[in-house]
Amino acid sequence: MSLSQPEFQVFINGRALQVPAHCNVAASLQRAGLSHSRRSETGQPRAAFCGMGQCQECRVRIDGHDHRLACMTLVVDGMQIETQT
Amino acid sequence: MSSTSQRKAQHLQADILIIGAGPAGIAALLPLLEAGRRVIWVEQSAQAGGQIWRAGLPAHWRAQVEAALSHPSLQCCFGHAVIDAHIEATDQAVSLRLYQPAHPNRVPVQVQAPQLLLATGGRERFLPFPGWTLPGITGAGGLQALVKQGWPIEGQRVVLAGSGPLLLAAADTVRQAGGQILLIAEQASRASLLRFAAGLPATKAAQAAGLAWRLRGIPYRSGTWVQSASGDGRLQSIQLSTGRATWALDCDALGLGFGLLPNTELAQMLGCQLTDDGAIAVDAGMATNLPGVFAAGECTGIGGVDKSVVEGSLAAQSMLGRAGASRSRRGALKFADLLQRRFSSRPEVLKLADISTTICRCEDVSLGQLKAHSDWREAKLQTRCGMGACQGRICGPICESLLGWPAQQNRGLRTPLQAAPLHLLAED
Repeated sequence: MSLSQPEFQVFINGRALQVPAHCNVAASLQRAGLSHSRRSETGQPRAAFCGMGQCQECRVRIDGHDHRLACMTLVVDGMQIETQT
Repeated sequence: MSSTSQRKAQHLQADILIIGAGPAGIAALLPLLEAGRRVIWVEQSAQAGGQIWRAGLPAHWRAQVEAALSHPSLQCCFGHAVIDAHIEATDQAVSLRLYQPAHPNRVPVQVQAPQLLLATGGRERFLPFPGWTLPGITGAGGLQALVKQGWPIEGQRVVLAGSGPLLLAAADTVRQAGGQILLIAEQASRASLLRFAAGLPATKAAQAAGLAWRLRGIPYRSGTWVQSASGDGRLQSIQLSTGRATWALDCDALGLGFGLLPNTELAQMLGCQLTDDGAIAVDAGMATNLPGVFAAGECTGIGGVDKSVVEGSLAAQSMLGRAGASRSRRGALKFADLLQRRFSSRPEVLKLADISTTICRCEDVSLGQLKAHSDWREAKLQTRCGMGACQGRICGPICESLLGWPAQQNRGLRTPLQAAPLHLLAED
């Protein structure tokens, strides 16, 4: 990655991660190596599916707010993201 | 009661509301501003472009949109989702309530205008099979959108499966981002694809040829579909079928899509009529059955970016009181019809789900649980299918395809249109 590309630091479940500034939260979770972002009603792992704000599968907690859509949310520097493990 | 719930909504008024900043919304906006109309432009994303131009507008539109964004007659509500809609009994003005998903504690915004353009676009159509909820499986267009926003795909083994030209466009994006495409599996038959290609107008045929050139060397199989997917906590392998032969293929990512469906929730909440195909019904000037309410783009029927642009500008002319049927719209509708006929689902892909396959991803309701009921209403009451966070946006059309429950029953029409904090709906 070129040095000129701006990067942000986000915190995913408390761990710091550098991501390109154009990333959305769903992409950041994948970059952190997390294969899923939430658990379904019966405990199945789920991750971003529709990628465009329709299916609600990628819901995570962002800066203290629950049910934020990871696929529709761009990262900002210092963002705190929490997933269901 | 929190302080936020005691604050009143912010009220904005204009001559025209445009919902959606994809190609149709963009094409409509420019002539309306030029004609001196005050416009409120609402879009859920943070920028204009819609799904197709998510990573940036084409050069032709970029300068025009940038100029429009600083126009004194334009108020932008980007990053805002519509959660409630009604038509005022007194003056027939359209009134919408908006909120900002990124700032859920901010006061809601109430926007009002005598005219409304619905440019709400479309979404992917999904048909489930065993294992389709595994992480690593996304929509094909969804995968494309995610990759454009930093989803790491480099070096991953990717399969695209389902039906329609979007599979090829998604493959192109994945390939450019360094993904290794193992296969594009198209369920339509080879004969159907040949008839599709033969029916393409010259400009579309040239685009298709360019895409085919960029995707040369990538295996493309017609008459082939994914039967099931498996993996331990995430996708590891898929089972493919041609009806005669089945085989397994290991992969890291699978992009699915069986064409697109119009987004009609807002239109239905206002009382717009739909066509038998589940699109917003419009006349030759893009007017819906409701006075002052117009619609353009994928929400009036799936036909691609050219149709959206043509319909957006046509809608703007109608809203300005200028008549005009459009010859280029007739061309776009022909392409839409060609898409629908040549990529229609074969019966086998409608029978892939077994009784334990999840249909409603929000509430984990299986096909077996749904089959015990005779209609959507009863199924909702007994299983909560369609009552989760997506409000039937994904499972509604699936139930329509697999169980024959009509679209009119399926779509979620209650306030809020998007999951939103309760305080945003408090009376002002």
